[in-house]
Amino acid sequence: MISYLRSAFTVYAKDMRLEARTKETFSAIYAFAVIIAFVFGFAFDPNPSVIALVGPGIVWVAYVFTGILGMNRTFAVERDRGTLEGLLLAPVSREAIYAGKFASTATIMLVVEVLLYPIFLLLFELNLFNIWFVLVTVTATVGFASVGTLFSAIAAHTRAREVLLPLLFLPIVLPIIIGAVASTSAALSGEGWDGVGKWLQFIIAFDLVFLVLSSWAFDFVVEE
Amino acid sequence: MTMNSTAEAPLLAIDVQGLSKSFGRMIALRKVDFQLAYGEGLALFGHNGAGKSTLIRTLSTLVRPDDGIVRIAGFDCNKQAAQVRNVIGYVGHQSLLYEDLTPRENLRFYAKMYGLPDANDLVERSLVEIGASTYANRRVRVLSNGMQKRVAIARALLHRPRVLLLDEPESGLDQSGLKLLDSVVAAVKQGGASVVMATHSIELGLALAERAIVLTDGRVSLACATSDTNVEAIQKVVLAERGAKDD
Amino acid sequence: MGIAGLSIRQGLIGLAALLFLTDLYLILQYAPTASEALGLQVQRIFYFHVPSALLGMIAFAVAALASIVYLAKRARKWDNIAWASAEVGTLFFTVAIGTGAIWAKPVWQTWWVWDVNGTLTFMLWLVFISYLIVRSYAPTVERGSRWAAVVAIFGAAAVPFVYMAADWWEGLHTERITGPGAGGSMEGEMFLTLMFSLVTFLVLFIALVAERAAQRGIEESIEEIRREVSA
Repeated sequence: MISYLRSAFTVYAKDMRLEARTKETFSAIYAFAVIIAFVFGFAFDPNPSVIALVGPGIVWVAYVFTGILGMNRTFAVERDRGTLEGLLLAPVSREAIYAGKFASTATIMLVVEVLLYPIFLLLFELNLFNIWFVLVTVTATVGFASVGTLFSAIAAHTRAREVLLPLLFLPIVLPIIIGAVASTSAALSGEGWDGVGKWLQFIIAFDLVFLVLSSWAFDFVVEE
Repeated sequence: MTMNSTAEAPLLAIDVQGLSKSFGRMIALRKVDFQLAYGEGLALFGHNGAGKSTLIRTLSTLVRPDDGIVRIAGFDCNKQAAQVRNVIGYVGHQSLLYEDLTPRENLRFYAKMYGLPDANDLVERSLVEIGASTYANRRVRVLSNGMQKRVAIARALLHRPRVLLLDEPESGLDQSGLKLLDSVVAAVKQGGASVVMATHSIELGLALAERAIVLTDGRVSLACATSDTNVEAIQKVVLAERGAKDD
Repeated sequence: MGIAGLSIRQGLIGLAALLFLTDLYLILQYAPTASEALGLQVQRIFYFHVPSALLGMIAFAVAALASIVYLAKRARKWDNIAWASAEVGTLFFTVAIGTGAIWAKPVWQTWWVWDVNGTLTFMLWLVFISYLIVRSYAPTVERGSRWAAVVAIFGAAAVPFVYMAADWWEGLHTERITGPGAGGSMEGEMFLTLMFSLVTFLVLFIALVAERAAQRGIEESIEEIRREVSA
């Protein structure tokens, strides 16, 4: 168990160091997210009644598609530059490698998502600085990252990774998307635990199931 | 501790029996047999696509055999893959280094992945051994191929493997790099470990190894001691007509 | 299921054809015309729609279970069954979605109802499609089989979550449309026709999957022989 955590953390720390140094993934997906937000700004007339209706949807569409971009990079770079083999050659369990990768993907996604709060406030007067929304963001992102990291490992080994990842990923995480949008709606209209609670538990249950499943499936996916 | 089926097995660095591997329709390896003792070097020759890389990658546990037994230091590659990874070092076509990290950071990362104690000291010594101290703090991205190769070799030797696997190590190395390779292989063998080197350079292979194998279309077409043969003889086998073609 | 199973498979196909013809008769002649609210003659498409959707789901369960066994045993037979099930299942789901749309438009003035069953059907259809596509992008067939198996298992694991989420969502947003999933009591002849359709589609499913899986098995035997010969 200790070596599992230690190895996972080593992989995570390496990813964080690389990201802090190059800011490659972060800047690409943050820019993408801001552009999506802008496009929505033009696509919808951002008056309060419209925003109340479609705001949660816009936020999560932006988060999901930005996330897909980020998750694709998780393994795409490792694979293209050959370093994935270095990870697989080490006497480290596949589960630990998955855990480290999942953690770094989730971290980057969360950072981008939080940094989008001021953008949404600016463009749509949508105030996301809400404890319930933060909880939803964290739990939903964990769910996305768990499945996305695994499917990224598949997509990275193919020619059409930009298309394959969303195709594999979206039907599976549909429940979290529904849950996230519904609970965001509830959270932003001030419902607190009554409205948000059951969705939060639902998303957490999904997270647990799919973290375990993804961790288990990772070995089968990376085996040559 | 698992009981070995033969009394000899723990004494062999590598024991391969009946190894076969196909990738879909393409047969990469057919019933390959060979053994290698500790302290010995094996040179692997063959035309492009003969299966050299596949064999090296199977020994490294990156590829799973379809059939046959592959044992390294007594550990079965299929069932005891984690233990095998502990005792092998692999240098392939790609450097396995993170380009935006420095050699020092790369080696420290791998030292931790291999669970090595006193990682920092080990890394410093390793950098000195391969003569990379001057550029240990520059990103791998800006280093020349030769420098990257040296760091890649250091990476493979960090955990003192019992078997060193080299896949065309001569590519990208200049004179001093080749001299380094020479001394590295000699040092490894002297330390009681074995070396398997797939190479296109017949001179290099014969110089650094005691045994030689030529693969043709996934089959062992020649196995001998390097002292019994010369460059021309090996060349003849490598260039010989290919066997019946598969579709 | 190799060449030895040929007679069983031929029997199944023959049986399926027979049942299907009988079923057509039942659907078009025997079953009574439905009420105006349910679309009169158009409603007959219900007897294709429900069994297709149900068999699609059964196909998914078969694919997921076969995938689990495949990953455990790595025997080609299980992958062939899973793959065949996925292909046939995709076909059935496509029919279900198509017939659903044809029925819904004149009756409820909308091409699609986002109710629980509809959402689930659509999602599983997408998972099946990604299951099939992922194989073609894999570097080798064996790896593609493993990837596809993982996709099927993930899809199956997501089903209860999709069901719950879609159910709660529906509760929040739409008034319950008495859609294609409408229960209520069914007249004896309608019930009989529906049951017969279900059986027909089940036999059709088994016949098609058996045939497709056997076909793959034979292809692989040929490959095997080729390899032996050139060795």
